[in-house]
Amino acid sequence: MITLHKVSKVYALGQRPALDDVTVDIERGEFVFVVGASGSGKSTMLRLVLKEEKATSGTVHVAGRDVAQLSSWKVPQLRRQIGAVFQDFRLLPNKTVAQNVAFALQVIGKPRHVVAQVVPETLQLVGLEGKENRLPHELSGGEQQRVAIARAFVNRPAILLADEPTGNLDPTTSIEIMRLLDRINRTGTTILMATHDDDIVDQLRKRVVELEDGRIVRDEPVGAYDARR
Amino acid sequence: MRLQFVLSEMAIGLRRNISMTVSVVLVTMVSLFFFGFGLLSNAQVDAMKDDWYGKVEVSIFLCPQNSEQANCASGEATQAQKDQLQSQLDSLKPLVQKVFFESKQEAYARFTEQFKDSVISQSVRPEQMPESFRVKLSDPKKYAVVASAFEGAPGVESVLDQRKLLQNLFSVLNGLTLASGAFAVAMTISALLLVATTVRLSAFSRRREIGIMRLVGASRWLIQLPFVLEAILATVLGAAIAVGVLLAGVHFGLTEFLSQKLLFIRFISTADVLRVAPWLFLTGLAISVIASMATMHRYVRV
Repeated sequence: MITLHKVSKVYALGQRPALDDVTVDIERGEFVFVVGASGSGKSTMLRLVLKEEKATSGTVHVAGRDVAQLSSWKVPQLRRQIGAVFQDFRLLPNKTVAQNVAFALQVIGKPRHVVAQVVPETLQLVGLEGKENRLPHELSGGEQQRVAIARAFVNRPAILLADEPTGNLDPTTSIEIMRLLDRINRTGTTILMATHDDDIVDQLRKRVVELEDGRIVRDEPVGAYDARR
Repeated sequence: MRLQFVLSEMAIGLRRNISMTVSVVLVTMVSLFFFGFGLLSNAQVDAMKDDWYGKVEVSIFLCPQNSEQANCASGEATQAQKDQLQSQLDSLKPLVQKVFFESKQEAYARFTEQFKDSVISQSVRPEQMPESFRVKLSDPKKYAVVASAFEGAPGVESVLDQRKLLQNLFSVLNGLTLASGAFAVAMTISALLLVATTVRLSAFSRRREIGIMRLVGASRWLIQLPFVLEAILATVLGAAIAVGVLLAGVHFGLTEFLSQKLLFIRFISTADVLRVAPWLFLTGLAISVIASMATMHRYVRV
């Protein structure tokens, strides 16, 4: 589903590369944690998958396509297959929960009846039924992240990228969010999640890819946050 | 769905950015007003040229009594001199299309008719009026041929090309055309910059939405369309007001007012305004599309 082959990314000439010769292959339906300290290249990896950045060298394949070959007007097509969730939720403050989720469908031209059907379904899936008409600031952090997940998942993307989705949440809420992501993963969605939340990684027992200074130092099919514990 | 979405986004943008939008409308209006004014004053010159160059004549004034001109020292033009001039003019055909001799009586009648409301008409007598040959040329530009042939001929006081009189008026109007053209250029540049700034502000105030749209894979045109439409709406409104002002100006200033006073001038009409209106709208459209697309380019880059 996602293949990085000998990928390096240098942001500014002369600086240490953010990613250095990274090769990783993620199968359809996998749940992969990308761990490592701040600045180890986790976010860069996700940005390369979204084609928000271009690899300096190496190739990135997403859903069977080499993203470097993708012309810029086809990038939106790529992104429609990828949902993305962030630490800071990125909700639109003046739209309600339902409107925030519907927005993602409206802007890619989905017909109204599809929006009317899929949005409530998705809100129910993430456990927000009854809160459709709330504004983001009226929700708790965990609920806001659920809205963000609903928006990322509403178009049923093949891939869900999560960049420290629990970074702003307390441990209990974080666990709930992880249960939700796990449920989404079970529907066949490939999930790539960057995190440095060790509790979560240790609990879920999924594949772990560890980055250090832009290099992959560990890739275990069923791993913990730290190397051997 | 998409159209409705784009329109509602546009409405939100307009509401949030109303003061900037109003300034775009006004600046575009002024810019296009000057543009239209230039085009119309040009049209006015053309209309007058068409009208008058067909009518203008070369006047060969004959020596009256007591002329101060050296050429008329021998006194009033004699009948022999007039006959001589007449035959000379006849020999200049076909350049000379028509010759008409205006007697003192006829000159007096025309003068009193033209100035009938003025006190001057009561103080002149027919004997004071000069006699003249009114010469109509097949090609008014070849005035010099006639002038050189008759200037200084016996019994001729002066040769007057009526085009010369018009030339002054035309140069004033051409000056107006140029000045309004210069204003139009300056205002168009400010309109372009203002549209760019307005779109930038509008996009900045909706950077969150734009970020989400890019993230979920909205197409470029969908992202920029609301902003471009916003700019188009403002400039087209400005163009409409400019056309309205020009229509009102021509209707009340020329058709209803000046042309009632100055009957011998053919003025442009509101039809001429409607003829230039599409150019104003096109210019407004171009300003908004160019400036907004150029500005949005930064925001939709993937």
